[in-house]
Amino acid sequence: MSFLSYLINGISLGSVYAIIALGYTMVYGIAKMLNFAHGDIIMVGAFAVFTIVSTWGYPPVVGVLGAVVFCTILGVVIERVAYKPLRGTSKLAVLITAIGVSYLLQNLALLIFGSNSHQFTSVVTLPNLKLADGALTISSVTIVTIVSCVVIMAVLLTFINKTKIGQAMLAVSEDNGAATLMGIDVNRTIAVTFAIGSALAAIAGALLCSAYPSLTPYTGSMPGIKAFVAAVFGGIGSIPGAFIGGILLGVIENMSKAYISSQLSDAIVFSVLIIVLLVRPTGIMGKKINEKV
Amino acid sequence: MIQTGLISSLLKGLLVPLCTYAILAVSLNLTVGILGELSLGHAGFMCVGAFSGAFFTNVMADAIPGTGVRLFLALLIGAAVAGIFGVLIGIPVLRLKGDYLAIVTLAFGEIIKNLINTMYVGVDAGGLHFSIKDTTSLGLDETGVVIIKGPQGITGTPKAATFTIGILVLLITVFIVLNLINSRSGRAIMAIRDNRIAAESIGIPVTRFKLMAFSISAALAGAAGVLYAHNLSSLAATTNNFGYNKSIAILVFVVLGGLGSVRGSIIAAVILTLLPELLRGLNDYRMLIYAIVLIVMMI
Repeated sequence: MSFLSYLINGISLGSVYAIIALGYTMVYGIAKMLNFAHGDIIMVGAFAVFTIVSTWGYPPVVGVLGAVVFCTILGVVIERVAYKPLRGTSKLAVLITAIGVSYLLQNLALLIFGSNSHQFTSVVTLPNLKLADGALTISSVTIVTIVSCVVIMAVLLTFINKTKIGQAMLAVSEDNGAATLMGIDVNRTIAVTFAIGSALAAIAGALLCSAYPSLTPYTGSMPGIKAFVAAVFGGIGSIPGAFIGGILLGVIENMSKAYISSQLSDAIVFSVLIIVLLVRPTGIMGKKINEKV
Repeated sequence: MIQTGLISSLLKGLLVPLCTYAILAVSLNLTVGILGELSLGHAGFMCVGAFSGAFFTNVMADAIPGTGVRLFLALLIGAAVAGIFGVLIGIPVLRLKGDYLAIVTLAFGEIIKNLINTMYVGVDAGGLHFSIKDTTSLGLDETGVVIIKGPQGITGTPKAATFTIGILVLLITVFIVLNLINSRSGRAIMAIRDNRIAAESIGIPVTRFKLMAFSISAALAGAAGVLYAHNLSSLAATTNNFGYNKSIAILVFVVLGGLGSVRGSIIAAVILTLLPELLRGLNDYRMLIYAIVLIVMMI
């Protein structure tokens, strides 16, 4: 039974990673940049929920919606102000700017909310699920997390494959220049991608802090990196890859915490990543890139 | 200058870290600027160097009484150990490309930090003892001393690093890097950066030169780590010391200083280390301003 509960908790943690990784992978696929500030948008989302629910006293649903709206706007603004002027310059310049944005968000949060940890009230108020005469308890947060991850994944895939803007996103990620020639507004497409990625980060922030209720300005940093690892794990740029990578990462992390060593769990997660990349240099679902002379 | 009050006590405390960061920036520039591979795990090598150097200093406390001699040997050992790690990590890592390489170096950096955090090493009459559980399972006899105490790290390292030594190590680093860049090997490395396939086709052994640049860079970072360790009385592998944030901070120095420019790396390291300290008067706003400066400078 304990194995099952570790497995379910692992899938739940993995679902959060997967939601964050979806944002990473979409932004990478389209803008070809490593958005290091993505993890901090999770933190901003969680703080937005915290402010709306705990400080202002609105119901959790309003809190999550408010956080999604706020982070979407924030994501688009960051893209416009910090990343757009650098389009076409070296990749490293964009990377450093992303790091700058990440510092900026962390320190703004530090200034507004202080460095003390805040107790986050769970956004899920449903009762816990008890199975097998109480031998196995699954918390409602876990279920909501897993369900929302699957729903998000399904909606995202439909959106990309069925809508016009989704197709435009695919086209831009395939070939930026050709997409422009076909009359696709590349700037708008990239802005939409950032909006979606940031909205997902807000949801991930709310779910993450419901499961692990301590909130500081640095909360988003480590999950952000883990989700980045998950995205690479699954093959960066691939949406199903991010989903699979996230889930696998969460399960591996929780299992190694439970059965091997809680201190070494991070080392184990990263070792698995290295092994996977050595066997498949572009991740599990990644496309093989042929080198041309 | 210290006596005449030209350098404040705050600045005096920063002199050795300034050298450390300058060395780290120059050595990372070798990987990022000259070899052209993005590495996000430079702090990992610094961590290896810091711990092996500090470990050596503490173990040899009785055998070699002179702190100067011990620091010199520790620098060599730290650099050597970090260099070996550079080769070991470089062999698998350098097979990958671009962002995948970056994320794997980040992963290695985190693994090193994580492993050191769980490591307990003690020494007694019977030699060295290792454990990954706790101090009691080391099984030391009564003369034994625990040197690496897991998350607490190494305590009691003498603060032997002075500004003079720091500058000397920095000069040696610059000497090594500049000589490498202007040598036959350096030109081969830059040829690989500019066009790997073309370099391969004229008979440059790509893997060997890549590994060479990567491990030299790691060894120099190791020396910087030793310097860093000998400036602190207690050394622990925390996220702030050796996490990916540190690797990224070093990368920021390199990029702002200019890829491939040794002088630029040093200047950027000095300015960006001093900037948050000089802004200390603004208290909470200082890191905010630092972040904005970073963004504005890039745009």
